Amino acid sequence: MNNILRLQNVGKIYQSGSNSLTVLQDVNFSIEAGSTVSIVGPSGSGKTTLLGLCAGLDRASNGIVELHGTELNQLSEDQLAAVRNEHIGFIFQNFQLMPTLTALENVMVPLELRGEKNIKPRALDLLDKVGLAARSHHYPTQLSGGEQQRVSLARAFSNRPKILFADEPTGNLDAETSEKVVKLLFDLNREAGTTLVVVTHDLDLAAKTQRVIRVKGGRIIQDAPAGADIN
Amino acid sequence: MKQYDLNFPWLLKMAWRDSRKNRSRLLLFISSIILGIAALVAIYSLGENLRDNIDSQAATLIGADLALYSGKPLDDKTAKLVNQLGTERSEERSFASMVVFAKNGGNRLAQVKALKGNYPYYGELETTPGEAGKTFRNKREALVDQTLMLQYGAQVGDSIRIGEVSFAIAGILQKAPGQTGITSTVAPSVYIPMDYLDQTGLMQKGSRVAYRYYIKYAPGTDVEALVEKRKDDFEKADLDYRTVESQKEDTGRSFRDLTRFLTLVGFVALLLGCIGVASAVYIYIREKLKSIAVLRCLGVKAYQAVLIFMIQIVGIGFLGSVIGAVLGAVIQQFLPIVIKDFLPFELTTDISWLSIGQGVVIGTLISILFSLPPLLSIRKVSPLNVLRSNADEVKSEKDPITWLLYGLIVLFVFGFAWLQMQSWMQALIFTGSILAAFAVLYLTALLLINLTRRFFPTSWSYLWRQGLANLFRPNNQTAILIVSIGLGTSLICTLLFTQDILLTRVNLSTSGNQPNIVLFDIQPGQKEQVLKIAQSHKIPVNQSVPIVNMRLEEVNGKTAADFQKDTTDKQSARIFGREYRVTFRDSLTKAEKITEGKWQGIYTENGTPVPISVEQGFATRSRIKLGDTLTFNVQGTIMQTIVGSLRDVNWGEVQTNFLVVFPNGVLEEAPQFHVMLTHVPDAASSARFQQAIVQAFPNISIIDLALVLRVLDEIFGKIGFVIRFMAGFSILTGIIVLIASVLISKYQRLQESVLLRTLGASRKQIFAITALEYFFLGALAALTGILLSLGGSWALATYSFEAEFSLALLPVVGLFLAVSLLTVLIGLLNSRGILSQPPLEVLRQES
Repeated sequence: MNNILRLQNVGKIYQSGSNSLTVLQDVNFSIEAGSTVSIVGPSGSGKTTLLGLCAGLDRASNGIVELHGTELNQLSEDQLAAVRNEHIGFIFQNFQLMPTLTALENVMVPLELRGEKNIKPRALDLLDKVGLAARSHHYPTQLSGGEQQRVSLARAFSNRPKILFADEPTGNLDAETSEKVVKLLFDLNREAGTTLVVVTHDLDLAAKTQRVIRVKGGRIIQDAPAGADIN
Repeated sequence: MKQYDLNFPWLLKMAWRDSRKNRSRLLLFISSIILGIAALVAIYSLGENLRDNIDSQAATLIGADLALYSGKPLDDKTAKLVNQLGTERSEERSFASMVVFAKNGGNRLAQVKALKGNYPYYGELETTPGEAGKTFRNKREALVDQTLMLQYGAQVGDSIRIGEVSFAIAGILQKAPGQTGITSTVAPSVYIPMDYLDQTGLMQKGSRVAYRYYIKYAPGTDVEALVEKRKDDFEKADLDYRTVESQKEDTGRSFRDLTRFLTLVGFVALLLGCIGVASAVYIYIREKLKSIAVLRCLGVKAYQAVLIFMIQIVGIGFLGSVIGAVLGAVIQQFLPIVIKDFLPFELTTDISWLSIGQGVVIGTLISILFSLPPLLSIRKVSPLNVLRSNADEVKSEKDPITWLLYGLIVLFVFGFAWLQMQSWMQALIFTGSILAAFAVLYLTALLLINLTRRFFPTSWSYLWRQGLANLFRPNNQTAILIVSIGLGTSLICTLLFTQDILLTRVNLSTSGNQPNIVLFDIQPGQKEQVLKIAQSHKIPVNQSVPIVNMRLEEVNGKTAADFQKDTTDKQSARIFGREYRVTFRDSLTKAEKITEGKWQGIYTENGTPVPISVEQGFATRSRIKLGDTLTFNVQGTIMQTIVGSLRDVNWGEVQTNFLVVFPNGVLEEAPQFHVMLTHVPDAASSARFQQAIVQAFPNISIIDLALVLRVLDEIFGKIGFVIRFMAGFSILTGIIVLIASVLISKYQRLQESVLLRTLGASRKQIFAITALEYFFLGALAALTGILLSLGGSWALATYSFEAEFSLALLPVVGLFLAVSLLTVLIGLLNSRGILSQPPLEVLRQES
């Protein structure tokens, strides 16, 4: 079995003056390459913290986070940035597009960062896949929420990531748009063969993944294939 | 894992893309840099042009290869020495005397210059008609300064009387070597031929005459070397000398001081602008935190993120500096108009590429330097910020590099000051003063903020309380805004106060029954008759003072030559070369106070040294102490004296003051003249009285203080132009800092206004809250600036001008209201977008 992500005894403690707050503890799991996984749990359960640790956005207080064979805790900030650029794609609840860049430029950024040449056709192709080729020169403020999230999808896949982290990808969208975006997300993922990790409240969305990890009070309380009883 | 390169072209591209939507804002931030650099380049260019012009026109500044000056007629030996010098010589004797215009009887004290020879050898006496400067020398004709001609409505061909002789006016004197617009205002010149000098009857014993000798050498002569050889001879003969080179140095030095001063004033304004830029960049970066976090998520390294924004700042700083430099080059074309009255030569302006280059480099450097502290905080932006909105605070103060940067900024200020002043001590004082000013401003701002918070009026209506409370919102910029607006206010306010203090002082000295006419050169035999004329015109004589001229021969038994030989003795040789005008009386005047020793008003003990009183400041400068013996030569008679007391003299009073005062009983029989001070009630009786005096005694000179006041007024007008120019520049910078400061707080207020509108606040209410917030901000800033400048102006008045400091309430209130309302106006203008749009739209635009 080929694991792209492995967490072993991972914990996260925030220090605030003399008080310490344990947000995550004893987290252990692995994710197989090419699989789809959702992390669910109530607000404040630590799921976003977990996503941050998995994606190298934050450092674990203890334990090992290994992504594509690299132990993230051993890397400097800049090395982490390089790992993210090379292996990871992101989708956020608030879309997080650069307001000063057009849709096309937003999609091109990860490729440009890698110094790749002749990237415009690929970026346009991705925008075409999310149905926004005609709006490639529009700025984020000129796009609706659903459109912004579709640009964000195109950007997430642009660097051909090995693993894609999606943080509440439909949290800011209406039901109809959510459905379209989710379909697009899973279609693109299937096509690219990318590992997908979704953090969500939405149990319908979670049910679309192969495996569901349930977090509560900073611990994993259930790790089961989708369709198992997660209530 | 791959390590990607720096990828500079991509960073450039990203910087370009990211700036697209913010360029107009960035340009505004940088416009204070534009102004600052414009002023610096203009002043630098002016300095450069002054240097070039002085170099090319140095010979015409002095009019000869060598000029010798003496305060007494040459003795035979010295005359022989002078007559051996050069190939051609001219002589000039100059003295103050009344000039009477025959046509209308108008009279005024002028600088009469009796000329023999073909001086000037370089340049010319510029006259109308042109040939008059040459032809007047052989006839009973005079050249009269154009200010005099204008004042008395005289024309070429009219006649003037100087002493006993009438001269026909041969021409109007426009310019003479070394003469400036200011000197011709203060002491207008009248040139007459030397041949008629004796006939005027003005060359009497005791008359104050300056003797000048102008010497021309054959072309190619090394005058400097010749002068170096003769230096000792000149010094022995009490001759001051000036060559083209030394004149060039002296003139250059005084204008270097002027341009240095202007440069420092410009630099302070530039620093003020830079604070605006720094806080603007700080907020700009805060608004970009999300974008930076996204970039970091996508794999941009910390230093790459810093570079993307630094490229923007460098670009905009460079652009601002180039625009500033171009603007400066344009302004420089107009600067000569401002200062032409102070220049003894024609100023031609050329584009100074060196100055433009310096301006661009300084502007770019300073914008980078001041932007670096907020820019470097980008390194600390965590990619986690994309997940958590509360993680968007940047803790820059904990970053040790920030402190290093502050150190660099201080070093830069110091380095710049040192480059201007070339003195470590002065540069240190300048830097220290700037730091202290900022610290005092900041502390005053903090104190005011705390006081307002402590005495918060809880009974006020919600709108007022919200407006005030907005100043204390988390991450508020109140202190920094108060500092920048307050500094501008303080500069303007100090300028107003200083002008007021000086004008009040001049007005005071000429008001009431203060003397306003001074008569001098009254011979002992004329004194009684002058008093009679005054009586017949019903004019009171406030003071009549005898004056005796003498020279100092020895101090404690040592002559000037002894002091020169003894290099360990620091006694200044200058105290020996000069003529001392001394009076004698039995009591102190009300402007005098004994600081050391005992005043002795009457001398009776024959044979012992005469106890004299010496002015404190002069004694300190000349290293003369109580008990020192001074030997004076009173026109041939040697007189031993001892310093019996030191006096503090208030020179501000209109009356005759003296460095040295003798007791009664010593100088009564010495050759002397009298000075009288009177008060005339109005211009008509003043003119009648002056005419009567000059008619009866042509040798008596009259200073009319009303005229002096007019002249002062004119000079103030000319200096005022320069001051207004600098103040205008600093006010403009202040306004731009204000606009930038207000703009940078827009982001914070936007969130609050939207929230309030969401909660149901009407447009009017939000408008009122916003207006009140800016009013409080402007009022606190204005108060800080005014308080600071009150302190500064009081210190200036008390210690520097030694004048009474009185608070002119009206301008202060005016300035307070102007700054407060301007802040409100600019604040509201910049908030109008927020007020007129529905909250949702605003949220969408800013998300």
